Amino acid sequence: MPVRKSFLFILRRPPHGGIHAQEALDIILTTAAFDQTVRLLFIDDGVFQLQRDQRPETIDFKHIAPIFGALELYDIEELWVEEESLRERGIKVERLIMPVRLVARCDLAALMEVQDVVVSC
Amino acid sequence: MKFAIQINSAPYQTQGSDTAFQFIRAALRNGHEIVRVFFYHEGVYNGLGYAMPPDDERPVVKRWSDLAREHGIDLVICISAAQRRGLLSREEAVRVGKADTDLAEGFRIAGLGLWVEACLNADRFLIFGG
Repeated sequence: MPVRKSFLFILRRPPHGGIHAQEALDIILTTAAFDQTVRLLFIDDGVFQLQRDQRPETIDFKHIAPIFGALELYDIEELWVEEESLRERGIKVERLIMPVRLVARCDLAALMEVQDVVVSC
Repeated sequence: MKFAIQINSAPYQTQGSDTAFQFIRAALRNGHEIVRVFFYHEGVYNGLGYAMPPDDERPVVKRWSDLAREHGIDLVICISAAQRRGLLSREEAVRVGKADTDLAEGFRIAGLGLWVEACLNADRFLIFGG
């Protein structure tokens, strides 16, 4: 059994449409806790997860944005965001809660190609 | 080849659970190995032991139990996803004072560490159901 693989988690859902984003974070943090190489890629409505000034308590949802702040503690340093997904939703990089690496849609395949495991969340 | 499988959708909700079952059956028939089937998100409902579909319908839950019994396949339901949705193991049901377990035969409830382990042990990892 290989001790370590590289995992790319693709987050493509909005943060508070259900429990999905929160459960995706559970699986991401568990993978990192097992000392795996973890990279995150936000595309489609998944980019909303990184937006500043969310107020989920107004609809009785938990904040998940603070969890992203803890990713560094788990040695998750590569957060990729698709440029087109941001642009299509009118979100500027400055409106995100943390620094990210931008990737163009045409380069996504190359990013996935080099991973051992690709997980669509 | 060794496959690890994740199922994210409930029976009857979408095609995911059925497609996963068909894939696993075909893989076994062709001599491949299924390292583990991991049920997450709405997929945990695949393990509801009291599912009683009409006799002329495919029995999704029972079909998983039969598969586990006949091929020794490890069916694991994520504990946090299951408890959130009201599906408890016998031990947990006793602990919190609930009547009994709802878990179908052949399934077990365990942590996400088994998901990671399955990914590490498998040559390929596939997700069904979104």
